[in-house]
Amino acid sequence: MKQVSRSLFYIFLLIAFTCQGSDAILPIRPDTNRISKLSEPKTDVSLTLPARFTTTVFAEGLGKARHITVSPSGYVYVKLASSKNGKTIVRLKDKNGDGVSDEEIDFGTFKGTGIKVKNGYLYASSDEEVYRFKLNADGTVVNAEKPEKIITGLISRGEHEAKAFTLDNNGNIYVNIGAFSNSCQIEDRKTGSMGRKPCPILDSAAGIWKFRSDKLNQTYANGTRYATGLRNVVGLDWNTSTNTLFVMQHGRDQLHSIFPAMYTDKDNAELPAECMYELHQGDNAGWPYIYYDPKQHKKMLAPEYGGDGKKTAGTDAIDPVVAFPAHLAPNALLFYTGTQFPEKYRNGAFIAFHGSWNRAPEPQEGFYVAFVPFKNGKPSGKWEIFADGFSGGPKNTASGGALHRPCGLAEGPDGSIYVTDDVKGTVWKISYK
Amino acid sequence: MKIYLALFVCIQIFILINIPVLSSAQTDRSGNHCAVQKSPFRVSMDSGKVVYSNQCLSCHQANGLGISGINPPLNGKGVTGDKTKLIGVIIKGQDTHEEINGKIYQNSMPANPSITDQEIADVLTFIRNSFGNKASSVKVTDVKSARKKM
Repeated sequence: MKQVSRSLFYIFLLIAFTCQGSDAILPIRPDTNRISKLSEPKTDVSLTLPARFTTTVFAEGLGKARHITVSPSGYVYVKLASSKNGKTIVRLKDKNGDGVSDEEIDFGTFKGTGIKVKNGYLYASSDEEVYRFKLNADGTVVNAEKPEKIITGLISRGEHEAKAFTLDNNGNIYVNIGAFSNSCQIEDRKTGSMGRKPCPILDSAAGIWKFRSDKLNQTYANGTRYATGLRNVVGLDWNTSTNTLFVMQHGRDQLHSIFPAMYTDKDNAELPAECMYELHQGDNAGWPYIYYDPKQHKKMLAPEYGGDGKKTAGTDAIDPVVAFPAHLAPNALLFYTGTQFPEKYRNGAFIAFHGSWNRAPEPQEGFYVAFVPFKNGKPSGKWEIFADGFSGGPKNTASGGALHRPCGLAEGPDGSIYVTDDVKGTVWKISYK
Repeated sequence: MKIYLALFVCIQIFILINIPVLSSAQTDRSGNHCAVQKSPFRVSMDSGKVVYSNQCLSCHQANGLGISGINPPLNGKGVTGDKTKLIGVIIKGQDTHEEINGKIYQNSMPANPSITDQEIADVLTFIRNSFGNKASSVKVTDVKSARKKM
């Protein structure tokens, strides 16, 4: 009798499991030595990192926390694309060294994405302008009310509007002006609509513009188009070991929904690569005429310009340095120059992937910080996931309903790195013990 | 012993009967699972789901909730309200980056000039009765009269 009831129980269990469906298939992730680590109890997610890395929730509840920068004295500045107490830049400071900010000062009146401390100034961008605030010797802002406007009148039409930027060591600032379009179609994102040729957007957007960092009220006329054919760049950094600009492009969307006869849903989820480029003056990365296929390792003619998924093109376009999976939305790039992290990380690149939306109906992917090791200015190994768990679990990742989306990266004077999230405005500090 | 066996058989039958019911219960409002013919509402919902999967899902997602700041969600007042406005958005698209419930979204909604009246009626009926929404169906006659006003 007992045996019968036990076997009945097992049969029920079997039925219960069979009925669960198969929605729990996880994406394959690059191999990395991760351990589960609980963040501060305040937070709603736990991050996974390689062994001996620790995290603290440095701050939270900032709103749309975009890019982040740290002064040599340890003041942490976060640029908001929303407003907090009517202000749009948050200054944070950890006074007792416990990895948690215990001072917050809000200032600034323009929403935006870019922010960077350089040579005694705090640079910050709205979606049309770049400003700078003079810093005191201690890293605080001299006059929070009156920043100097250094660049003005940049195009912002609601799509790819963020003016992310970085600076070199020769007084130049490099500003992204994103394409206000997906693929330069006659009608944006419309099924079957062909591409405009030549694409008129390239004259004033879809590239990186170079300006002086010390001149006021510069317009397009004062700048130079440093590189073109870049659909949208949110993550960019000056690599001081190669003395060149590196950028992460947001690749085009919707190959399937625009050209359903040529691309399946699955093709759409895997094409094109999110590319890292090393740029030199005059470079062309090929948008909108081409996209990069990470499986064929080729530049393909975009279907809007007669491509079919097989025709290659773009002999005049540069090749990527690294090709990442499609649609992950790289929103920050940071070359690590500190010495706190192990040797492997020095001069390597951290990338904050905001996470995808255009892989549906395939599972979404991203919502992590990746790392690419570099040696002699070139990638020296495969990329890997460095910090994961921002989404709050595989289900949130698959549906795209992430609790947090990594958006900004910065290195502190002690060699720790900071990660921002623009869903809830959490800032994590990652250190190596 | 016999009681257990009887119980087991009963539960098995219950599960077998209910598998198809449970899987379709989320969207089925006709309440009649045994009917051979589907209700007009059911027919419209099923066809609308196909249109949605092919033409809407890649942006608005399977759960209809869109992506914050990029593609707007399809739940709440915006989609349960004025049918004429909705029909217009599907046919002509929306490229103004205007606020939707106080939020701005990056991506433009493309025009769909070749979509049929039946497809519009079905997909709107589906959207207006999915993702937590409950609103009246959209009929082909609604689409025809909306087209006249454009």
